[in-house]
Amino acid sequence: MANANAPVAGSTDPSVIRNFCIIAHIDHGKSTLADRMLQVTGVVDGRQMRAQYLDRMDIERERGITIKSQAVRLPFTSVDGTTYVLNMIDTPGHVDFTYEVSRSLAACEGAVLLVDAAQGIEAQTLANLYLALENDLAIIPVLNKIDLPAAQPDKYAAELARIIGCDPDDVLRVSAKSGLGVDAVLEAVVTQVPAPVGDADGPARAIIFDSVYDSYRGVVTYVRVIDGHLSTRERIAMMSTGAVHEMLEVGVISPEPVPSAGIGVGEVGYLITGVKDVRQSRVGDTVTSQRHGATEALGGYRDPKPMVFSGLYPLDGSDYPELRDALEKLQLNDAALVYEPETSVALGFGFRCGFLGLLHLEIVRERLEREFNLDLISTAPTVNYRVVMDDGSEVRVTNPSEFPGGKIAEVYEPMVRATVLAPSEYIGSIMELCQTRRGNLLGMDYLSEDRVELRYTLPLAEIVFDFFDALKSKTRGYASLDYEPTGELASELVKVDILLHGEAVDAFSSIVHKDKAYAYGVSMAGKLRELIPRQQFEVPIQAAIGARVIARETIRAIRKDVLAKCYGGDITRKRKLLEKQKEGKKRMKMVGRVEVPQEAFIAALSTDESAVAKPK
Amino acid sequence: MPSLPPEGDPAPLDGSLPASALAGVGSRPFGFYVHVPFCSTRCGYCDFNTYTADELGPGVSRASYADQAVAEIRMARRVLGAVELPVETVFVGGGTPTLLPPGDLGRILGAIRDEFGLAPGAEVTTEANPDSVTAASLGGLREVGFTRMSFGLQSTAPHVLAVLDRTHTPGRAVDAVTDARAAGFEHVNVDLIYATPGETEDDFGASLQAAVHSGADHVSAYSLIVEDGTRLAARIRRGELPDVDDDVAADRYLQADSALTAAGLEWYEVSNWARAGAECRHNLGYWRGDDWWGVGPGAHAHVGGVRWWNVRHPVAYAARMQADESPAQAREQLSAEDRRVEDVLLRVRLRDGLPLHSLTDTGRGVAAGAVRDGLAEQSAYDDGRVLLTLRGRLLADARVRDLVD
Repeated sequence: MANANAPVAGSTDPSVIRNFCIIAHIDHGKSTLADRMLQVTGVVDGRQMRAQYLDRMDIERERGITIKSQAVRLPFTSVDGTTYVLNMIDTPGHVDFTYEVSRSLAACEGAVLLVDAAQGIEAQTLANLYLALENDLAIIPVLNKIDLPAAQPDKYAAELARIIGCDPDDVLRVSAKSGLGVDAVLEAVVTQVPAPVGDADGPARAIIFDSVYDSYRGVVTYVRVIDGHLSTRERIAMMSTGAVHEMLEVGVISPEPVPSAGIGVGEVGYLITGVKDVRQSRVGDTVTSQRHGATEALGGYRDPKPMVFSGLYPLDGSDYPELRDALEKLQLNDAALVYEPETSVALGFGFRCGFLGLLHLEIVRERLEREFNLDLISTAPTVNYRVVMDDGSEVRVTNPSEFPGGKIAEVYEPMVRATVLAPSEYIGSIMELCQTRRGNLLGMDYLSEDRVELRYTLPLAEIVFDFFDALKSKTRGYASLDYEPTGELASELVKVDILLHGEAVDAFSSIVHKDKAYAYGVSMAGKLRELIPRQQFEVPIQAAIGARVIARETIRAIRKDVLAKCYGGDITRKRKLLEKQKEGKKRMKMVGRVEVPQEAFIAALSTDESAVAKPK
Repeated sequence: MPSLPPEGDPAPLDGSLPASALAGVGSRPFGFYVHVPFCSTRCGYCDFNTYTADELGPGVSRASYADQAVAEIRMARRVLGAVELPVETVFVGGGTPTLLPPGDLGRILGAIRDEFGLAPGAEVTTEANPDSVTAASLGGLREVGFTRMSFGLQSTAPHVLAVLDRTHTPGRAVDAVTDARAAGFEHVNVDLIYATPGETEDDFGASLQAAVHSGADHVSAYSLIVEDGTRLAARIRRGELPDVDDDVAADRYLQADSALTAAGLEWYEVSNWARAGAECRHNLGYWRGDDWWGVGPGAHAHVGGVRWWNVRHPVAYAARMQADESPAQAREQLSAEDRRVEDVLLRVRLRDGLPLHSLTDTGRGVAAGAVRDGLAEQSAYDDGRVLLTLRGRLLADARVRDLVD
């Protein structure tokens, strides 16, 4: 059902091009709407159709989220008789990938704002909407799932109209599931999204909005051409690094890759240069021709900056080389992932990894376990602290056990500006939660009669712990959260060490606010007392700030470890039990003289792990 | 008896043993264990291989058991060959052996006597539930050749016996010991169980006094083990009873050792105390790696580094014996290292102690550490043995884990 009148890639008149993205919250139906658009425009027929066609990773399909973006070229013949080229640029739907979202938005002139008619707008959607407005994008408000019994289209149309500043009647109403109203959305894209404008004869400039590693083809780079023209068999340069690559292939996605001679102003397509690592082709960078190339890059590029850190350790120490290889491979496709080797007394050899945020952490961990078959322990997520010493020197701390002793002048911690959207009945609970997390209220607005937006500054460290879970449970799942970094702030932070029989256990050291140090110490010491088996001597568990002990528990010495009976029929069983125990003993970690089963470390850490925000 | 048989290698149907196992037969002490898998009721804590009449099912009966046991004893003779092999010890355990008439037990003993002969001064023990014997039946047992009785006294506290589901009345056990002495039994053992949920220090003290005053010259005292799948385990899981507390068990052990030592019974194995000369020779055979043949369903045997165990269910056992096939379910050939490890784990529990030469260099280092930590005796160590102290006995399994390295 390919459209015979469709303009050819590389020579498409910018006036018929419309570049747009869909801004939506997880579960609000973005992938379903995209699926429907593929069908309506005929680029995928019913036979080839599968749900969430554009989501490539298993994790994306299973969780119904998009981690990496993609772009599809859709030929669409409008009611005005013209065949347009609609480039739908899929955007990542999560708070961790705000920068990636901003680059996708920079490649578009318009955005479909898709909101569930039963739930209303969510915090992350709102944040991305503000980003789109900052980028001067035309906004097409759309309510989805209007056929659901719980849908309240009038209420949420009014809410959207108030936020965007349009008429409630301008809000389109669709059911992506049944296809109802999808045509109208495509028509609105044609009429409301401006055509791209660029200098066709100028030096080539294209913005990279995604970069994906493919094991067969190397890195596939997705670009939007702003000025000029990119063709095959020319050499291209990355403007941030000056690196030059051979262009092996250029083309468009519709929805499978289709090579073309080139792509011109306003067009969206992919480049293949044979590089093997996405860090050589970075999101946000500007691509130009090597000969007669542009001298000025498009604005807005920045290096990905890890915000959340965690130690990843193989459960079985002998898997360390496999973990290293797996991280290397993941990094080919994930420019934001950073890692370096780390050794822990408790957990052995592993890596300290940096992530954009909690979801990023969780995705990386899950991919390591699923795609590389590794069993991992991860330490409690932490953030990047800046410690200024009395002598003026500075230390960066992403692993609490490296927190310096000695004379500390100030400790700075990263802060975020958080936005919480929730039904107004939960204002009290949310304020209480934010207060206990050292939040500072910036403002509050009603989005509609019963929905409110709360804005806070919060230490990032308070969010990476278990904030999202707590927020969800206090609001029965109704609240949504978004946050963005807003610099750092000096705070009264201390390192709490956990000592087992006088020896600090590095995996349990934590940097906490001084008012919370005691609670952390008591809870961790109590937890370990339950988890560590009794030894032949008494084992004190202490929580300490420097030399000052703030909490103490004791594991009493074991007094009896003998089976009463050992007769003729028991001997074989007992010998076999002993062999098994010897195996178990090999898995024991020694902390000084204390034997700690690895399971105890895992259990003590896993309670923190459950704090990793799970997208609903 | 262990609750579940270990996994092993297939055993030949004719019961034959490898030449290596047969090589030293006759040069090592030899004994018989006879397992009688019957009880009148099942106690709540028990996971032994035993069956009430109801549980037994069709195809087998108590009445036919003695014939099968006799058949296995004859098979033992065929397998072991014509070598001179006087039996030093016989131990009839269960179950409740005294549910069989003394005549049946006598017939089994007779088969052993006929096939192998009893060594002069052989120790011939049977276990008994105090309720299942009378002065007359004890006389009968003495007459057919038993020399030693072992009674399950467990406790003198009625509420403790109730938790254990034991049916006998507390006074009965003491009377049974007196009756056994009167019937001419040379040695009498009583079994005690301690740390039962609800048992107090005084309860156990009274049980110990009863055991001592009964005239028994041997006491086995076991900390209650809550085995999976028992009624007791279910009651604890449901919260009807508190779990056994290891610290309480440690206190009771110290209490037992103190009371029994004061009464002239010395420990000679972690859970066994006896007057000098009253040690159970049969059990010592297990701990010293001697040879024994196990007769009956689920019974274990050991001959010259080969261990095997019989099919568990009496019906399966009866079928094997009727077909004139070995009742062995599986067996294992112990490697030199297996035997060394067994030696460590068994002998460290004995007052004789574990010879240091059974240990590797690492193990000897551990032994020296145990002496430093007060868990093993300095003087015995100087003589080349690991002999656990009172505190060390309570931690014997932990010591074994370190020593076998």
